[in-house]
Amino acid sequence: MVRFAPTLTIAVLIGPVIAGLAGIALPAFGYLPALGRTSFSLSPIADLLAMPGLWRSVRLSLWTGLASTAITCAVTFLFLAGWSQTRAFHWMRRLLSPLLSVPHAAAALGLAFLISPSGWLVRLVSPWATGLDRPPDLLIVHDPAGIAMITALVAKEVPFLLLMALAALPQTDATRLSHVAESFGYGRMAGFAYAVLPRLYSQLRLPIFAIIAFSTSTVDVALVLGPTLPAPLAVRVVDWMNDPDLGRRFIASAGALLQITVTGTALLAWLGLEKIVGLIGRHAISSGKRYRRDGVTRLAGASLALLCVVVIAAGLAGLAVWSVAGFWRFPDALPATFSLDTWKSNWAEAATLFRTTLAIGAIATLLAVFLTLGCLENESRRGRAPGKGTLSLVFVPLMMPQVSMLFGLQILFLTVGLPPTVTTVALAHLVFVLPYVFLALADSWRALDPRYAMVAAALGAGPERTFRRVRLPMMLPAVLTAAAVGFAVSVGQYLPTLVLGAGRVVTVTTEAVALSAGGNRRLVGLFAVLQMVLPLIGFTIALLVPAVLFRNRSAFRLARP
Amino acid sequence: MVTFLKILLAKALLALAFAVSILPAASEVPNVADWENVEKAAEGQTVYFHAWGGEPRINAYIRWAAAELKARYGIELVHVKVDDIAQSVSQVLAEKIAGRNRAGEVDLIWINGENFAAMRENNLLMRPGWADKLPNWRYVDTEDKPTTTVDFTIPTKGLESPWGMAQLVFLYDSAQVEDPPRTLDALVDFVAANPGRFTYPQPPDFLGNTFLKQLLVTLAPDPEVLSRPVSDDVLDETLTPVFDYLERLRPNLWRRGQTYPRNVAENRRLFADSEVEIAMTFNPADASAAIENKELPDTVRPYVLDGGTIGNSHFVAIPFNSDAKPGALVTANFLLSPEAQAIKADPRIWGDPTVLNVAELPVIDQTLFADADENPAMLSASELAPTLSEPHPSWTEELERAWLEHYGTN
Repeated sequence: MVRFAPTLTIAVLIGPVIAGLAGIALPAFGYLPALGRTSFSLSPIADLLAMPGLWRSVRLSLWTGLASTAITCAVTFLFLAGWSQTRAFHWMRRLLSPLLSVPHAAAALGLAFLISPSGWLVRLVSPWATGLDRPPDLLIVHDPAGIAMITALVAKEVPFLLLMALAALPQTDATRLSHVAESFGYGRMAGFAYAVLPRLYSQLRLPIFAIIAFSTSTVDVALVLGPTLPAPLAVRVVDWMNDPDLGRRFIASAGALLQITVTGTALLAWLGLEKIVGLIGRHAISSGKRYRRDGVTRLAGASLALLCVVVIAAGLAGLAVWSVAGFWRFPDALPATFSLDTWKSNWAEAATLFRTTLAIGAIATLLAVFLTLGCLENESRRGRAPGKGTLSLVFVPLMMPQVSMLFGLQILFLTVGLPPTVTTVALAHLVFVLPYVFLALADSWRALDPRYAMVAAALGAGPERTFRRVRLPMMLPAVLTAAAVGFAVSVGQYLPTLVLGAGRVVTVTTEAVALSAGGNRRLVGLFAVLQMVLPLIGFTIALLVPAVLFRNRSAFRLARP
Repeated sequence: MVTFLKILLAKALLALAFAVSILPAASEVPNVADWENVEKAAEGQTVYFHAWGGEPRINAYIRWAAAELKARYGIELVHVKVDDIAQSVSQVLAEKIAGRNRAGEVDLIWINGENFAAMRENNLLMRPGWADKLPNWRYVDTEDKPTTTVDFTIPTKGLESPWGMAQLVFLYDSAQVEDPPRTLDALVDFVAANPGRFTYPQPPDFLGNTFLKQLLVTLAPDPEVLSRPVSDDVLDETLTPVFDYLERLRPNLWRRGQTYPRNVAENRRLFADSEVEIAMTFNPADASAAIENKELPDTVRPYVLDGGTIGNSHFVAIPFNSDAKPGALVTANFLLSPEAQAIKADPRIWGDPTVLNVAELPVIDQTLFADADENPAMLSASELAPTLSEPHPSWTEELERAWLEHYGTN
């Protein structure tokens, strides 16, 4: 059974990508038997290129994707260089970790309320400081340059990259390298940048590529904050796919292909950027400057990282206040009255969506944990770790624009006649949950001392029993944490639920984004709160279960992941 | 890779061929005249009702209806919340093309206008006409509410059942604005004096479209052409005044017209946040309902333009390939019942005007309908008059297309 786990895992990761590609590649060239087109033509491509503002949409996708990734890297590395191995760093890590489980959509919704002209920031200083009793007519949210969208993406991706960096740091020998650099008289930041960063970066390449792929093709963040006339390419592809005119499906498929090209171009551009930064870096190293006085830069790194926390936390707090607000009009900083009406009158429906979200997340997470454990156990039994190539396979679904892959799958499902159900959606989530579960568990599993298993074998336990009685209990905290990460990823999925659920499968995330276009901030607040509560439940279980199970085994408490 | 694709495609086609081969003929059409049997057949059915889900008050009303249907007829009504109902129309069309003549995704659909026209044209509706054979049809006011049987100039012939009435109404806050603009020219002057304080939802949103249609019926040089399908020889001269007018508005629109609210609800939120001074809605009771809900201050008042505004009815229809036709029929009939219509018309719930003739109802049912005249945030029937007719659906498509050309990419 365990022997087949790797094959199965690779099938789950790569199968949908290939199927999704096939599903859009054929209609993009005019072939779609389900719509009665059985010949190939180039007209969908031509129609796509004739779409007004197409190139502006493409430029927007490239710009927002690359800019947000560059800023994310800059903030993360600044902070790491200035503060790793300090006490402040551990505090910040604790602050940033929960942000990882906040769905993109919820973060974007919170930011929208925070920074819009009628939002919280302007309300806090009005009218006493600004003299405004009306919101200023400023284009802040949905701005044509996508600044609001970039801000949300950066605030959401910095925690992700930082935690990825923390996992990779031990393998770079960072502590000793920094010591050597400092003993040569380099400042803290320069020492990190010259000695540690090059090694660290090569480990972070794949997560960064995943960030580029996500941010060049995001739909939910773009819907809530992004430009509208025209919208980024991914949003327009979704619109074409949902157009009442079925002929638009062909244009949508061509658009989905173009989206892959755009994301690919962004990745290539990033590679070029790496080269340039590398050249500048080498030049800087050979200049011999020591940069001893880096206090201001260090402070900037800390402030920027802290800003990410503050922005998201304040936005979410604003939404939570809205969910219990009575009448709340500009420029009041707080509601005139509070009431639980929103919660009372929507509780029944919210509970249903809550259960659906929970069920989908549970199915996807269980399958992901099962497959991951199978793969890792297989490694342990064969006593060898896989090469780097296998790890890059884990990232394949994260490199492909979601919108392209999912529409391909949808067209295939339509052709084969698979109905949209909770199970279909859960399987689609699995493709995106599995990589994160694998990443979250692999390192700590591989770090487990193999001598425990040897002792078990010497005492006569077979591989099955060694797994059940030795490896799994020792790894339980790590397994549960990985599961909680996977569950949080599932809760945050917007597009897979929307596309493969065909509107019949509704979760708290799809509901929150759907409502964001509406006028009822109270309801948006309610669903955003639910979006935050769900991952919290997962992480709470991950903390409590080992604490209860192993309450009388003090040594286990040291084996924290 | 290529061989893999070929295998994949062959498999998909096989599956499709298999799926088509086992499909039975289209599901049976119930005999509406034998209502007792329709109700019997409906028991235990699940009805997937595709309806726009962007308004919490409407969603709550549909939830109420679902609970009643469950208790009275054993029908499970599932509200599939749709962003744009055109998506559901395209779903039914895709099913038809794929040869899925039964077990369709959609059992009941909330439509009117161009979506009805599209479904009628592509034979996506259950035939023969059934709405005028429903038991509750006798209460419908076909006399004074001609839009209950003529949808955007197209006779409905019983292919859809009227559900409610709508009319374009503007909102202002009487505490902020003394004298709201009651003509299109006054609106231009108003936005010039208050730059950034007016906008309209982005077409193809239905309210954005309705605003464009209001301009069309008011400004068209020859309004006669609007009751017929678009013909190329009058297209340009008819649309030009509309976009000339929008050009007069645009420099002073909210955010200078660089972005637009996505729908009616977002437009109302801007109004609630004081970002705009004038809002619009397609439901005359919207203001009173929003005040009840603490979404708007109680000084908000609705008004219509001099010379009247566009009005229509909205309907529910049954797709040809629904597997729950009896359940859908019973649902449509229940939505027409005096009780369901009265609760729908209550501004505290939804405030959607009734399609029934209240004066002709049995006295006991008349008392269900609250007196609207007492509410300062409601307009009486005489204040709403005259109601202007919708143009032929083909004009809506032309307006959408032209708007995208002009403003879709700034």
